[in-house]
Amino acid sequence: MIPADLRVMAEQERERQEGFRCRILVCAGTPCLSAGADAVLETLRQGVAEGGLDAEIEPVASGCMGPCSRGPLVKVRSRGKEVIYERVTPESARQILFSVVKGRKPPTVSPLPPDFPFLARQERVVLANSGAINPERIEEYVAAGGYGALSHALHEMTPDDVCREVSLSGLRGRGGAGYPTGVKWSLARKAPGERKYVVANGDEGDPGAYMDRSIMESDPHRVLEGMALAGYAIGAEQGFVYVRGEYHLAGRRLEGAIRDAERKGLLGSRVLGSNFNFRIDIRTGAGAFVCGEETSLMASIMGKRGQPWNRPPYPAQKGLWGNPTLINNVETFAAVPAVVGRGAEWFAAIGTPKSRGTKVYALCGQVEIAGLIEVPMGTTLREVVFEIGGGIPSGKRFKAAQSGGPSGGCIPAAFLDTPLDYESMERLGTIMGSGGLIIMDETSCMPDVASFFLDFCRDESCGKCAPCRVGTVEMHRLLRRITSGTATMDDLAKLEELCELVGTTSLCGLGMTAPNPVLSTLRYFRDEYADHIRQRRCAAGVCAMAESPAPGAGGEALLHAMGVPGEVE
Amino acid sequence: MRHADKQSDSSLSPALASDPRFTAVERTLKQYQYRPDALIEVLHVAQEAFGFLSDELMDHVARQLKVPLSRVYGVATFYHFFSLEPRGEHSCVVCTGTACYVKRSGEIVKRLEGEFDVKGGNTTADGKLTLSTVRCLGSCGLAPVVVLDGEIAGRSTPDSAAAAAHRLIAEGKPEKKPVAERPRRRGRRGGTP
Repeated sequence: MIPADLRVMAEQERERQEGFRCRILVCAGTPCLSAGADAVLETLRQGVAEGGLDAEIEPVASGCMGPCSRGPLVKVRSRGKEVIYERVTPESARQILFSVVKGRKPPTVSPLPPDFPFLARQERVVLANSGAINPERIEEYVAAGGYGALSHALHEMTPDDVCREVSLSGLRGRGGAGYPTGVKWSLARKAPGERKYVVANGDEGDPGAYMDRSIMESDPHRVLEGMALAGYAIGAEQGFVYVRGEYHLAGRRLEGAIRDAERKGLLGSRVLGSNFNFRIDIRTGAGAFVCGEETSLMASIMGKRGQPWNRPPYPAQKGLWGNPTLINNVETFAAVPAVVGRGAEWFAAIGTPKSRGTKVYALCGQVEIAGLIEVPMGTTLREVVFEIGGGIPSGKRFKAAQSGGPSGGCIPAAFLDTPLDYESMERLGTIMGSGGLIIMDETSCMPDVASFFLDFCRDESCGKCAPCRVGTVEMHRLLRRITSGTATMDDLAKLEELCELVGTTSLCGLGMTAPNPVLSTLRYFRDEYADHIRQRRCAAGVCAMAESPAPGAGGEALLHAMGVPGEVE
Repeated sequence: MRHADKQSDSSLSPALASDPRFTAVERTLKQYQYRPDALIEVLHVAQEAFGFLSDELMDHVARQLKVPLSRVYGVATFYHFFSLEPRGEHSCVVCTGTACYVKRSGEIVKRLEGEFDVKGGNTTADGKLTLSTVRCLGSCGLAPVVVLDGEIAGRSTPDSAAAAAHRLIAEGKPEKKPVAERPRRRGRRGGTP
């Protein structure tokens, strides 16, 4: 395939789509499928077939539309107009189809208003095609402008140009740390090495975050195009997508997308008629949170236990099989086609001076509408929770938002007006993280939340370095004492001391950031800790307090930390 | 072929060698050309085919990939996905990710543990049900989530989850699904230098 063929393909697909009077898109992302989207789509297909409407109406399985808690979602698109229906059942799907045929309004189901804030307040760059195309058809991605950036880069830009463009855009790593993507690319480009690798990190382990899953499911080609651009920029011919083991659907769609792209000459040898060769393989994770850390992830790709190694040397110098390796998050790669295709200036104009572009968040927890959103960097938490998310359900009060998963912290109500960008969040003692935003109301107990995350880290610690392996166990034990009402103020002091120790001496990100949930909840909710210890009272009513303080039985935990099997509670 | 004689490896018991599920494992080994870095992919297939990784299976994989058995065992025990023991007839997985936690999935786990007298991560004494927990399935919009024999049930409560698990057991053994064909991967490439 050469660039002209790409244009023809896009043109043909657009014509095909315009040939239909109406296209009915049904979200086929994991949440909507769980809510019954399959049956809805089947009903629509049947209805169309029965009515002999194949030439007029096309039911399409699309990617994620956003408001996942309102699924299954159906989008009716005709003559440039779009309406979305929520919580569609096979019954209401039939009504919708009927109304489309008759050109009337369906009698009992009404679409979301056009200014529905959850959708209207978003700015979709990475998610531009999510819910708008069928992720399993490469033609639809191409018709939406897909692979245009790659074609442009291969024929009009040098690899240096591509690196420069990404640098100028101000794009920063979307996986959590926010390292400037352009700098990383330039380092990998300059690193000497015959073989280089590009790795997309889709091991989204943060509980409560599913941006990457949704991107891989809804628009897999965007990730592949971003990776191919990276391959061209740094001089790599091989890429790997590391998909979290739990994400079957994402893996399957990526697999299909790679096959299609290779067949069309958009991946493989001599991509788009140029001299650039690029192959992508999938590696499936097997359930280890630590594999989200880049060195562990590479160990896992090489078929080993996912244990991190010391940096430097950084992967950009010495990564997979000792070769320079560029690792970016899936969302970062998904932003690249837009950066290269529409220009760095355009991208840099979105967001704040230091955090440019948009960010995808998985908004969930105690919020009216849970789902996936994409907003410009610097949007305030208040806008996200109350305008987009529709506020807190059942008249409860907002207590805190937890960001960054087990590596992050919380933002309390007093800071609702904080703009969500890398710097502001860091100042509050949390991190942007990969984009999980879990909203908590007054029924959440903060020491219990901290204990939840420490339990997670304790469980997921890979065991390589002592501070993390032993420290997280001890910290969790202390937190358990607090939440069970058996702690003393000494325990709290010990906990803080351990936070400092584990944070500064651990080998990788998991251990270094494990204390964050504790430090952050202590910073804003110290009273709650004191309440638990002194009054043995849990205001949220979450913690079951022991009748009388029983002085510490920590033997078991200690044994566990020393590697002796024993159940740790 | 360098590995042509591998099939007749003497360490393999006839029972395993003639097991139809075993062909999926052999195929994957071949696809990846017996490269050591394919270990995790091979174990994925083996686990999917057999439901768990027996000692014999791990030993075989180790020989075929020419890695020490200790490494296979190390990998198999490191990752949560792999199980060294047979699973129960039915599985009940409760998501304990943050969103589900905030919506009290802990209460669901407690209830199920009490109801079936089994600890999370274990199988009931009669081998009927394996209760496990998972850290986020990414269906946070439906929290709290329980997965029963692969079917996701969103917005669960302790009552609904317990009832569904009872129903599952009452319905008897699930129809044995054919070993899911894992997407074919082109093993030849993906380059070890």
